[in-house]
Amino acid sequence: MRSFMKEIRIHARAGQGAITTAALLGYAYFKEGMYPYAFPNFGAARMGAPMNAFVRVDSKPVRLRSQIYEPDYVIIVDSTLMRGYNCFSGLKEYGIAIINGKEDLEVPQLKPKQKAFVVPANEIAMKTIGRPLGNTTLIGAFAAATSEIKLDALLEVIKNRFSGKAQEGNIEAAKQGYEFIKKQQGAY
Amino acid sequence: MKELLEGSRAVAEAVKLCKPGVISAYPITPQTHIVEELAQMVASGELDSQFINVESEHSAASVVLGAVATGVRAFTATSSQGLLYMGEVVFNIAGMRLPLVMTCANRAISAPINIWNDQQDSISLRDAGWIQLYAENNQEVVDFHLMGYRISEDKSMMLPVMVCMDGFILTHGMEMVDMPEQEKVGIFLPPYQPLYKLDPAFPISMGLLADPDYYMETRFAIKETLKDALQFIPKVALEFKNIFGRDYKDCLVEEYHTKDAEKVIVAMGSVCGTIKEVVDEFRKKGKKIGLLRIISFRPFPYQRVYEILKDIPRVAVLDKSVSLGAYSPLAIEIKAAFAGKKKAPQAISSFVAGLGGRDITPESIKDILRKLTQKEIDLEFIDLKPELLKESYGD
Repeated sequence: MRSFMKEIRIHARAGQGAITTAALLGYAYFKEGMYPYAFPNFGAARMGAPMNAFVRVDSKPVRLRSQIYEPDYVIIVDSTLMRGYNCFSGLKEYGIAIINGKEDLEVPQLKPKQKAFVVPANEIAMKTIGRPLGNTTLIGAFAAATSEIKLDALLEVIKNRFSGKAQEGNIEAAKQGYEFIKKQQGAY
Repeated sequence: MKELLEGSRAVAEAVKLCKPGVISAYPITPQTHIVEELAQMVASGELDSQFINVESEHSAASVVLGAVATGVRAFTATSSQGLLYMGEVVFNIAGMRLPLVMTCANRAISAPINIWNDQQDSISLRDAGWIQLYAENNQEVVDFHLMGYRISEDKSMMLPVMVCMDGFILTHGMEMVDMPEQEKVGIFLPPYQPLYKLDPAFPISMGLLADPDYYMETRFAIKETLKDALQFIPKVALEFKNIFGRDYKDCLVEEYHTKDAEKVIVAMGSVCGTIKEVVDEFRKKGKKIGLLRIISFRPFPYQRVYEILKDIPRVAVLDKSVSLGAYSPLAIEIKAAFAGKKKAPQAISSFVAGLGGRDITPESIKDILRKLTQKEIDLEFIDLKPELLKESYGD
């Protein structure tokens, strides 16, 4: 549609924090003067069921209300979803995918100009937050891989969203997610 | 102040600004967040209101009915089955001429169970005597709550207002909302001054038996008031604009590129945003497409619709609800606007889309535009899956 509109599709299971992920991305964009529209789509309304959360962002208020079928970016919070779904469906020609998984995770062959980054977000989250909730690590990685949002803006948003130990842990998790990608990019 | 808020949170903030004395509600998806947020505000002392927990929507509606009857501003919210369960009280609130604002987080109706968005719930209560306003985005949701109380409580109205917002799409959608300032809300919406109330010092009765000698006039009176509302809602929208700066014109309809249009889609609610995107895309290619958005479904602005559409060759009506066994609800009204009139579109075609949360995409809208020819179409379902219609039981 309009070239400056960006669309992010998050694949997760209900209860894994995808809505919070979308919200944090939304706040980060909002901080930078953009107009995000972050919204979920639930499958079966129970924990563990596959679900999507979306962020559509533009430099003016977003009016388009449909789900996202041709994302610029995909964030896969739970890589087991890649077995049953084509999580990369409709990904744009220069699209970027951020996948939560171990180094040896098998990722399907993408189109030549598309990029996929596998980030051990659960491991990083275990170390930083103490629970395998990789969301903040993934959006740290997203910031590095896409240059869509600045790390500082993201950290500030995380600071506002969490308090106490969770705040500390999530800030560290986002930083490490960011660094993980930056190191990889340096190696390219 | 401009904030990024979930729709439900925005409703709670708007309701807080209106300072209801009593809030009563029963949680139901996708409305739950609204009353959770309000309960939190009351519990933390942020909002000075009595939050009354109840065991059902029927009771929630009854509690707010009772509260308003004693002269207190009240609020409730519901959705889908919850609204249906409230049904008889919903009629009573209007019948007793009690001003109230209720949020309906629009959602499909069972069976089969479906928690997702369409507009069958509020549409099914269109005949209850309430004013129904359908919002396109969360800014409107907020503003319509404020306007809702102002309209509802005016001595010339004394009728309840239902603010309809698409479930999930708006209730769970986070977007920028410019939250009105409390000081300005105070000017726009003075404290509720009841015309009549339940008061032990001056006992009266409300909603008593009206036998055949009296009943008809009560319905005639509501009909007349709703006719007056077509004049009054625009006045309130103007007051609103003067205080808050946002201009909803007459707040009955919104015209989007209708003036020179050859094809116009008529619709309500959040899907109109998607339609506007498609209109822009077609306009860039020189194709004269437009949108007529109905904001006020009750009262229905027949005259406005007639004036706007009378010279439009082809009109498509998109309903997110059905009136099973008849034309779809919005199409019925649009067709009725031209009954017995000299001018009319060549074709008023009717389409149903998005039932039970089926996503309405720009492609769905383009499909409607493709099908909108000279040949009038009655009640075509868009994005239907033919393979699912082949299942059968027995021989």
